[in-house]
Amino acid sequence: MSTAKNHAETIKQISGVNPLKCMKCGKCSATCPSFNEMDIKPHQFVSYVQNGDIEALMESKSLWKCLSCFACVERCPRDVKPGKLIDAARQMVVREKDGDYLSPDEIPELLDPETPQQLLVSAFRRYRR
Amino acid sequence: MKYSYYPGCTLRTKAKDLDAYARVSAKALGFELEEIEEWQCCGGVYPLGSDEIASKLSSVRTLNAAKQKGQDLVTLCSACHHVIKRVNDDMRNVSDIRLKANNYMQLEEPYAGETQVLHFLEVLRDRVGFETLKEKVVNPLTGKKMGAYYGCLLLRPGKILEFDNPENPTIIEDFIRAIGGTPVVYPYRNECCGGYISLKEKEMAKNMCHKIVDSAEGFGAQMLITACPLCLYNLNKSAEGRLPVYYFTELLAEALGVKEEVEK
Repeated sequence: MSTAKNHAETIKQISGVNPLKCMKCGKCSATCPSFNEMDIKPHQFVSYVQNGDIEALMESKSLWKCLSCFACVERCPRDVKPGKLIDAARQMVVREKDGDYLSPDEIPELLDPETPQQLLVSAFRRYRR
Repeated sequence: MKYSYYPGCTLRTKAKDLDAYARVSAKALGFELEEIEEWQCCGGVYPLGSDEIASKLSSVRTLNAAKQKGQDLVTLCSACHHVIKRVNDDMRNVSDIRLKANNYMQLEEPYAGETQVLHFLEVLRDRVGFETLKEKVVNPLTGKKMGAYYGCLLLRPGKILEFDNPENPTIIEDFIRAIGGTPVVYPYRNECCGGYISLKEKEMAKNMCHKIVDSAEGFGAQMLITACPLCLYNLNKSAEGRLPVYYFTELLAEALGVKEEVEK
């Protein structure tokens, strides 16, 4: 199997999402608080998966702008869960060698006296393997 | 009534107030929070991947500890509640995750989602009752215009969290009425504060928090109330202190007249 086909299978497997259910209403993008920061928007994300172009998703900066706020998941009328697709693509990146988006060396300068532990553990879990 | 209680990492450190005011309030309301022994951090965010097992085990341990005691499990931090409630749903309804997690755990009796997970606010609404709470208030916070800030973690996905109507919640507004305050309903109360994005993308968090505060101020709120240490941090930090933000437990303890019992 080609790498592209492999990737397409992997993203469906990790996310547990069936992108073919999407009816392209765009509600996910309309409700996304990170829309302006994303190069590939949530509704496009679903199309990329339908077309099997997972490489582009894995290089997208959208992976690091998604907040996991589940607005797109809650409001999708077809239960497609774009947020789970974005997370699956992010997982595919961080599970690879050198795929981490956050390094412990960066932490000290990102902290202030009020930073809650919850922020660090959450970021570590989303940005690293 | 005794409940198992899961405080979580931040309630032991930066959010001690959220925990301490809850404990004295519970006592005043006649129920007991029995802390789970040797609990582990929930991880802060729910692992979304269908193939993620190991990262869910700390929640399974907590859930099973409550099951062993035959108690419902009470949470307080929105993130802990979200993670533990969703893992419990997996253990109840997703056979693949249940099987693999139990293979790791090697418990005498497999865990299958038996424990009931309740947020402290749900205990107030569904077990104590807001009417009873109202009767126990000795120091009503009359005249204070409070904006409930729900954020995302308590509400979504609504089908799993079953906390309240995810688009039009009322639980915190009802709580505010019970302690004598005036709730202010504003459009951004269930929009995200930015969550973990505030670690690396501070400008993004700033934009989001200012939108929330603009919305709340525009509708006349004088303060915001939350159940989440990260929401509180983001709203204070990223919205640069435009509105004071309180944990709901602090206002609860104040209304019940037990705030002074918390040792500072």
